[in-house]
Amino acid sequence: MDYSDKISDVVKKVPPSAIRRFFDLANEMKDVISLSIGEPDFVTPWNVREAGINSLVDGYTHYSPNAGYIDSRKAISKYISDRYGVDYDPNGEILITVGGSEGLDLVARALINPGDEVIIVEPCFVAYKATVAFAHGVPVVVETKPENDFKLQPEELEAKITDKTKYIILGYPSNPTGAIMTKEDLSKIRDVLLKHPDIFVISDELYAELNYVEDKPSSLVQFEDIKDRVIMINGFSKSFAMTGWRLGYVLGNRSLVAAVTKIHQYCIMCSPSMSQFAIIDALKNGLSYVDEMKDEYNHRRRVIIQGLKDAGLECFTPSGAFYAFPSIKGLGLSSEEFCETFLREKHVAIVPGNAFGECGEGYVRISYAASMESINTAMERLAEFVKELKEGKYNA
Amino acid sequence: MVNRMELLKLIKNNAKLCPREIAVMLGTTEEDVQAELKALSDEGIILGYTTQINWEKTEKESVIAMIEVKLSPMRNRGYDHIANLLCKYDKVASCYLVSGDYDLMLIYEDDNLREVASFVSEKIAPLEGVLSTKTHFILKKYKIDGIVSDRNDNDDRQTVIL
Ligand SMILES: Cc1ncc(COP(=O)(O)O)c(C=O)c1O
Repeated sequence: MDYSDKISDVVKKVPPSAIRRFFDLANEMKDVISLSIGEPDFVTPWNVREAGINSLVDGYTHYSPNAGYIDSRKAISKYISDRYGVDYDPNGEILITVGGSEGLDLVARALINPGDEVIIVEPCFVAYKATVAFAHGVPVVVETKPENDFKLQPEELEAKITDKTKYIILGYPSNPTGAIMTKEDLSKIRDVLLKHPDIFVISDELYAELNYVEDKPSSLVQFEDIKDRVIMINGFSKSFAMTGWRLGYVLGNRSLVAAVTKIHQYCIMCSPSMSQFAIIDALKNGLSYVDEMKDEYNHRRRVIIQGLKDAGLECFTPSGAFYAFPSIKGLGLSSEEFCETFLREKHVAIVPGNAFGECGEGYVRISYAASMESINTAMERLAEFVKELKEGKYNA
Repeated sequence: MVNRMELLKLIKNNAKLCPREIAVMLGTTEEDVQAELKALSDEGIILGYTTQINWEKTEKESVIAMIEVKLSPMRNRGYDHIANLLCKYDKVASCYLVSGDYDLMLIYEDDNLREVASFVSEKIAPLEGVLSTKTHFILKKYKIDGIVSDRNDNDDRQTVIL
């Protein structure tokens, strides 16, 4: 019996990933160099792993309070205060979640009434649109472009605002482009927000620590006059190399945090206890590791930028996260064709840009969360491939 | 401009990097890297470039001993005189002055136990100022200069993660 028509309309309506075929191909192939992975290649620093292990040894194997252990919330509060210069009360303004992913989902469910519009800045992380759609919202897309360094332009944002707009999701440093928004860039977005006092912002700052030009994160929460309307989604996956621990947090105004905590309480109960212990240590002792990893990413970033230049691909200079997003326009192939052919011919996996929104067509995402050795080899093969493409070798 | 500490950290972990590669990684020019490497050598900060080899996996027979040496300091010369003397032997791979129950720690490499024993009894023990020695033979190397010998390099990540 086929149950597919029994699935709810809202779930049916969300299309499967745009690049399903590419996924399958990449996962089937052996001996692939993968620059297509959106998670750190580093293993979680040992002292953090040890803190997790010790919590098990000590018998902390139970549910934590819904919002998370108070010591974990205090550690987060202190970290945000140190790094952002902004204060959140561990009692009531912080919810510890199952990764940033849960935060995105909770906020959508807490804020959206059916038909509400949510502005999404593409190309972007794939979950933004889906979480909005699952919550019966209507995603409205603003496109960003390399000529603007893939930054959200205030006038383009404003053009999409209607009386149905509920919130904007802003994800910088960006997956997939590697773009960042500086304090100055953000202040222009803040000006737009001041004109529209009913609109919220979800600021996804998962990659905030991976910023290669600014020493401290820049965020809309740093503007006192709009702070209350900004909900920060953050977590440990990227900056602390802790993807598998599934730990993140939501910060914001007390009433908003109470609302997301209500959903979390019924749907999740609490985030993994072991992980909550580990992050206390990560925040206490782990920041030097973050710097070390960041230095390494930065070296790789420069190698990638040089490699793309050598290959003759145009790429805006990424300043954050661990991605580059070069253009492959003018080579006669779509993003997906490019990645598929590159994978088949050169055994290197990179991600077609259209996976991150329609405006990602004509680009590919290259992740440098991979060893320098892999990066060097992949870049050599990319240069070969582009040269062969230009010579017409892969013409259909 | 080259960030000296960043450069040192980089080549500490991989001495094989060439100036051109280093220049790209640090966002500077090849000429600047070369100049800085030369300055670091001239200032005696970079002492040399060696390779970490796990000899156990080769056919070479060798033993490594850590030798503790207790000294009575010599007038006006402290411990330096004996330390410098011991450093003259090529098979003394390292020599450290340490705090605690003894004074010098030598890392000594030779072909077999007998050779080590005769080095200790014939070269070290008779020296004036040497009070006693204690020799430890290395049985297994788990980690050498930051490199774990049985590394687990497998990457369990999925091929594509958005
Ligand atoms: C921009 C962005 N936000 C959020 C997430 C979710 O991360 P997690 O749920 O592991 O915290 C990711 C993961 O790829 C991401 O790239």
